[in-house]
Amino acid sequence: MTWIWSNLDLIWDRTFDHLILSVPSIILSFVIALPFGWLAYRYRSSRAVILTTVGLLYAIPSLPLFIVLPFIVGTSIRSPLNLIIALTLYGVALMVRVVADGLGSVDRDVRQSATAVGFSGWSSFWRVELPLAGPVLLAGLRVVAVSTVSLATVGAVIGAQSLGSLFTDGFQRGIEAEIIVGIVATVLLALALDAALVLLGRLLMPWTRRSAIGVTARPAPVIREVAA
Amino acid sequence: MTFLTETLAWLLDPAHWVGAGGIPTRLAQHLLFTLVTLVVAAVIAVPIGFLIGHTGRGRGLAVAISGAFRAIPTLGLLTLVALWVGIGLNAPYVALTVLAIPPILAGAYTGFEAIDRKIIDAARAVGMSEMQIVLKVELPLGLPLLIGGLRSATLQVVATATLAAYIADFGLGRYLFEGLRIRDYGEMLGGSILVILLAIVLEGLFALAQKLVVPRGVTAGRPTDIPGGSSRSRPVMELTIEEGNSHVRNE
Amino acid sequence: MIEFHSVTKRFPDGTIAVDDFSLVVPSHKTTVFVGTSGSGKTTLLRMINRMVDPTSGSIDIDGADIGTLEPVKLRRSIGYVMQNSGLLPHRKVVDNVATVPMLRGMPRKKAREQALALLDTVGLDRSLAERYPSQLSGGQQQRVGVARGLAVNPNILLMDEPFGAVDPIVRAELQQELLRLQRELGKTVVFVTHDIDEAFLLGDQVVILRTGGKVAQVGSPAQILANPIDDFVSTFVGAERGKRSLHVENHGNGNIVVDETGRLAGVLVASQSTAATASGSESRAGPRGPGASVQGGDSR
Repeated sequence: MTWIWSNLDLIWDRTFDHLILSVPSIILSFVIALPFGWLAYRYRSSRAVILTTVGLLYAIPSLPLFIVLPFIVGTSIRSPLNLIIALTLYGVALMVRVVADGLGSVDRDVRQSATAVGFSGWSSFWRVELPLAGPVLLAGLRVVAVSTVSLATVGAVIGAQSLGSLFTDGFQRGIEAEIIVGIVATVLLALALDAALVLLGRLLMPWTRRSAIGVTARPAPVIREVAA
Repeated sequence: MTFLTETLAWLLDPAHWVGAGGIPTRLAQHLLFTLVTLVVAAVIAVPIGFLIGHTGRGRGLAVAISGAFRAIPTLGLLTLVALWVGIGLNAPYVALTVLAIPPILAGAYTGFEAIDRKIIDAARAVGMSEMQIVLKVELPLGLPLLIGGLRSATLQVVATATLAAYIADFGLGRYLFEGLRIRDYGEMLGGSILVILLAIVLEGLFALAQKLVVPRGVTAGRPTDIPGGSSRSRPVMELTIEEGNSHVRNE
Repeated sequence: MIEFHSVTKRFPDGTIAVDDFSLVVPSHKTTVFVGTSGSGKTTLLRMINRMVDPTSGSIDIDGADIGTLEPVKLRRSIGYVMQNSGLLPHRKVVDNVATVPMLRGMPRKKAREQALALLDTVGLDRSLAERYPSQLSGGQQQRVGVARGLAVNPNILLMDEPFGAVDPIVRAELQQELLRLQRELGKTVVFVTHDIDEAFLLGDQVVILRTGGKVAQVGSPAQILANPIDDFVSTFVGAERGKRSLHVENHGNGNIVVDETGRLAGVLVASQSTAATASGSESRAGPRGPGASVQGGDSR
């Protein structure tokens, strides 16, 4: 405990570093995955190619990726940007499949009725299909958030600062408390981001509040949309 | 492009293909480590997973545990265990076996859960004993998802074994750390490429295995003809986020 | 012979599925349990092969209390056919039919030969034997289900809404097949359905159940139709609304049977002496009702 009190500043700094790495990666993953996921869902021919590519991308271990990436995109190996790009790639790899599955999970009848009442393809995507795929997307994004926070710690072994630095530092100096604090802080940060996403989901998708999965509530937003 | 030539030069240097620190030795260490870890984890996780899947009991606990493990940073676990048991191979073995259990466990019980309850009910009604239901019905039908769990665990272990070179002198990860330390781009890139290739080859093998073990009767015919068939065959074929929630990288 | 002695089933959540139920199910006859969902009919059926054990009371088969028998062994001696066929998706049709005999120790070759013969019995072409269940139509799958139920040549065949998931035309076909099979084999069939027409068509003895597993009325279809014990039963069998009231109208040189709403039900064939007496007067008759034999048409 004494280690914590005398190193509060350090813990705060590393937590901040960690947020700088993970939050942009999570947001970017979502934004980039949307068009690719949509392509995979919409066009059967592209589906296999896209999903195989992200599957292979996801199979690449993180440490080699952190090392190889600078030589491909020209970042500096220790820079936050290098890690953000790598973490975003993993996030995209996860989210593309989620987006494709989520869009595919939207009830056929609902989609057809949206077309029937006069939504164009573009507005149907933004106002019907995307909101209805929302619960699935949220579930995927929560997984991305937790795994990104966890993965970001790996950067510490190549010298990119994060809560992971507490592991390498604690290991080299033999301070058990430092490592434990690092683990606890990482888990807490992951839980905090997860909770923030759940909250965000409730704000953006009020119709899912009653039922966790939103199956029974699914037709509701369509009625809302049509009435609006 | 100098990096590329340096990397090629490093990879093709015959000196790097022999001896205790040579690529074949390191690769063998990496593979053996992965295999042992997976076997031990599977011996622990598969029976428990089958039990959970067959009885439906303890599922909540299993989900909670695998969820919690997903949030735990593997590097933290590795360094902590290394401080406790000392530098060497023991720490990675312990840490990685622990990390490999949740995905295998999840693969085992989700495989059973994805099976239509009516099939199992019918098997019981015609007089199969519980053991026969597990071995003759649930195991073959749940195998693709179990393999999926093993696949996730393998990826996790191969990747984390690379990281484990930070606390132990073994495996392909050594090239990465050594290259980083002495700023030998050829070595760190060459090592990275070897690890990436290994991971992708294993991924491909597992993807193939997963396809091969889907029973022919499940893929045969028109799935729309079986009531509930289409909704059931999907989870058997694919490992999606919700059911294989441990298929997540966090090494 | 299957006997239910004051059988009650209370599930852990407190719902009473079956309440003090007693009944004798005669051998070599078809007994149909009919009722709405929640009437405990499936629970009753599943008690016979110990898929469900009663909370109190006992069930005897040929005088032996099944509570003392080993469930797995008991189930292997009783045929079971369920709504969705319940076939193992990873085994071929012939292996599905051969499953139980092989569990009982019959050599694979013999079990498969016998399975092929059973496909003939249920009217399936042998060329389907090497297919997987998912490659068959719903009706074909049900036939395989029946073949599997018959595979150990059981005295008792339990059928849990076996034709519930197939379309009406195939259902009618399967019902006729079952009647044919029953004429040939004479099993003790216990059949569960929510369809009263199916119950009257197939049942020698029909048990009408109300919610909570209470018996409303037991009897032959004719007895029940002629003397519905109370309003519940008359409503259930459709006598109340006149659904089953038929009368004869004379159209030139033929007598036409018409139901209460004026819809055509069939032609009156003067093959029986009763035809004359029924002619011109209104009679109440069911599909198997006395007095008139109705040819063609559909009372529904």
